[in-house]
Amino acid sequence: MKVTMKGISKSFGPVRVLDGIDFSVAGGEIHALIGENGAGKSTLMKIISGAYSADSGSILIDGELAAIRSTREAEALGIAIIHQELNMIPQLSVMDNLFLGREPNRFGVIERSRMQAESASWLGKVGARQINMNRAAETLSIGLQQLVEIAKALSLNARVLIMDEPTASLTEREIGTLFEIMTDLKSRGVGIIYVSHRMEEIFKICDKVSVLRDGHFVGERLVAQTSFDEVVNMMVGRELKERFPKREGSLGPVRLKVDDLADEGNIAGIHFEVRAGEVLGVAGLIGAGRSEILNALFGVNRRTSGQVLLDGKPLSIGRPADAIAAGIGFVTEDRKSQGLVLGLSLRENVTLVHLGKYARGGIINRKAEERAVKKLMDELQIRARDAELEVKALSGGNQQKVVFAKWLAKAPKVLLLDEPTRGVDVGGKAEIYHTINRLAAAGTAIVMVSSELPEVLAMSDRILVMREGRQAAIFDAKAVNQEQIMTAATEGMRAS
Amino acid sequence: MTAQQKATLKKLGPLLALVAVCVWLAFMSPNFLTVSNSFDVMRQVSINALSAFGMTLSILLGGIDLSVGSILAVSSVLAAMTMRGGHNAGLAVGIAILAGAGMGSLNGVIIAKGRVAPFIATLGMLTLLRGVALVLSKGSPISGFSSHIFAMLGGGYVARLIPVPVVLMLAMFALFWFVLTRTVFGRHVYATGGNAEAAKLSGVNTNRVQILAYTVSGAMAALAGVILTSRLDSAQPTAGAGYELDAITAVVLGGTSLAGGRGWIFGTLVGALLIGVLNNGLNLMGVSSFYQQVVKGSVILLAVLLDRGGKT
Repeated sequence: MKVTMKGISKSFGPVRVLDGIDFSVAGGEIHALIGENGAGKSTLMKIISGAYSADSGSILIDGELAAIRSTREAEALGIAIIHQELNMIPQLSVMDNLFLGREPNRFGVIERSRMQAESASWLGKVGARQINMNRAAETLSIGLQQLVEIAKALSLNARVLIMDEPTASLTEREIGTLFEIMTDLKSRGVGIIYVSHRMEEIFKICDKVSVLRDGHFVGERLVAQTSFDEVVNMMVGRELKERFPKREGSLGPVRLKVDDLADEGNIAGIHFEVRAGEVLGVAGLIGAGRSEILNALFGVNRRTSGQVLLDGKPLSIGRPADAIAAGIGFVTEDRKSQGLVLGLSLRENVTLVHLGKYARGGIINRKAEERAVKKLMDELQIRARDAELEVKALSGGNQQKVVFAKWLAKAPKVLLLDEPTRGVDVGGKAEIYHTINRLAAAGTAIVMVSSELPEVLAMSDRILVMREGRQAAIFDAKAVNQEQIMTAATEGMRAS
Repeated sequence: MTAQQKATLKKLGPLLALVAVCVWLAFMSPNFLTVSNSFDVMRQVSINALSAFGMTLSILLGGIDLSVGSILAVSSVLAAMTMRGGHNAGLAVGIAILAGAGMGSLNGVIIAKGRVAPFIATLGMLTLLRGVALVLSKGSPISGFSSHIFAMLGGGYVARLIPVPVVLMLAMFALFWFVLTRTVFGRHVYATGGNAEAAKLSGVNTNRVQILAYTVSGAMAALAGVILTSRLDSAQPTAGAGYELDAITAVVLGGTSLAGGRGWIFGTLVGALLIGVLNNGLNLMGVSSFYQQVVKGSVILLAVLLDRGGKT
């Protein structure tokens, strides 16, 4: 099956978000669709999957004009989308989720045996036969949930599969599994549209890459005939000087010293030091206890043992407010649920942490607040019409910069970063790296958890590798490569 | 029209509705738009408005306070008992409001520290405190206070024109406006209601914010109780039953979201006035009280439906 979009345009009010886009995907190919946040990728995917309708342009399926007015119609034509935020009902079983809305039934009574047999067969097709289909969906890892979603799409007879940032919350190993399944689907004639910010993956798995910028179609390339630099240039429309900017400055004395840190069952025996101006990367598989180190340090999770020294003085941190008072900041993993109050304005989010700085006797000095926000917006290159905009309306990259800005109103002594560039495009990433470097140069000690190994290797001075809740190794970032880190992260674990 | 203009227009929707109803009533009944009737309406509204201001805080936090009617009754009985005990009006009012704050803070502690859903916690307190009011008063009204000052609270006028309860209502409105828009506490209410986890991770003491909000809600219910007691020259242990629903109606009509984190105090004032104006206007037109309920309910549903329609 070949789906071709011709001259697709779409406006929201006066804003034209797509302007004459030509894009096509054929069966048996994996076609990457990339572009910076706000380039129009999601809108285009919503049009092809029936959530939006285009203002002009046409969609052809195998050369025939098709009308797609709803997701149901798209599904009927064989086009399915797997969203970044998975669409499962957490309390229902895997099987119930697979057949939600189309349960095999007889006079309204579900035919369980038929459902079981069909579930097993579809799960088998995505190499996930081992999943117990009676388990509640929420008890599966994100990686497995995604496989269930793919199985569901296949069971709907999808011939074209759209995957929106499918690897954003997967471990390296889960990504490996996913790629195997994608390759298998491809060999069976399924076309895949792959939306991602991760360039490495595009060069590893995709056949073609199409680039959008500011609602325009920039071009299509065969992956085998293009280069990383060319694609990035197409995307940002300018020469991106360095992907990972270099850091100036030298390391100071030890800022943060952690001894024998343990929490209630996730991590134990963690000990490390971070110097002023140093970035300590934390690598490991998802579930290895990387985020838990940060949560224990910040007082989110209870510590059962361990001593934390800041500038040589012991800290007692029972809750986040204590950590903040000591000069620790925390850019959390999930900006929507933990980092931002989406319904509040950019200004109100930025000043939430250090609101007291702009208040006297509990009364906020609005002028001082606005000045501070303006300054931080300039410093971090937050692009928004004005500070009164709800953060909900900002792009992922700008939202992430707002989360950073929250902690920079007062220079933090220690900054904890959990996946600081997740869901941020290449340009936005570079700006965030600049901010990290600037903070380090100013003497902040930084602990950065990240699933993107190139990022950890390039941004860190040293790298702590976690494995099953324990500290597996600490490497000098200059003297280690991806393979060594992965080996340390998985050594001794059952191969599966 | 830009998104921002649309949002502003939508925010002013309740006010437009109020104006429209007033214009309509002015045509229907010549007595409606007189100075004395206007202040009458506002005086009738004041008791609901005061408890609705407090309710706005709990609803902004994504919670609810079902116990305001019962808190009102207990405070009212306590004020009356103090007066009957021969003490002065200041002490009576002080005790009532402190007691209201105390009952409210108990709500807050149960919700924040006990991690009980606000609906359940305050539902329990609604029943419990109604019992307390009956126990304290032995089930009968307490009437007849000799204090002139106490009588002024509900029945007096400022400058011989504006009823004291109206002045109190407007003063409290101004105070709430200031607190919600200009203070750290106000900001923390919106942040906690919008995303409690993000607020906590930003160092906001969300427990304290909750406890304080329910404390204020209790104190406001008590203030409403004092005014009612003064107006009636009597404290009824059964007073205030169902007032929580009127207060919630005013808050919701004013555009504050039951999901928390979004809303404003001006909307609550407008919502309370809208209910009061409808009551008054329908009375003036001689509509039977049975039909009045039908009309009021329809207006509420219409307002909320229009509000939903504005979203995309």
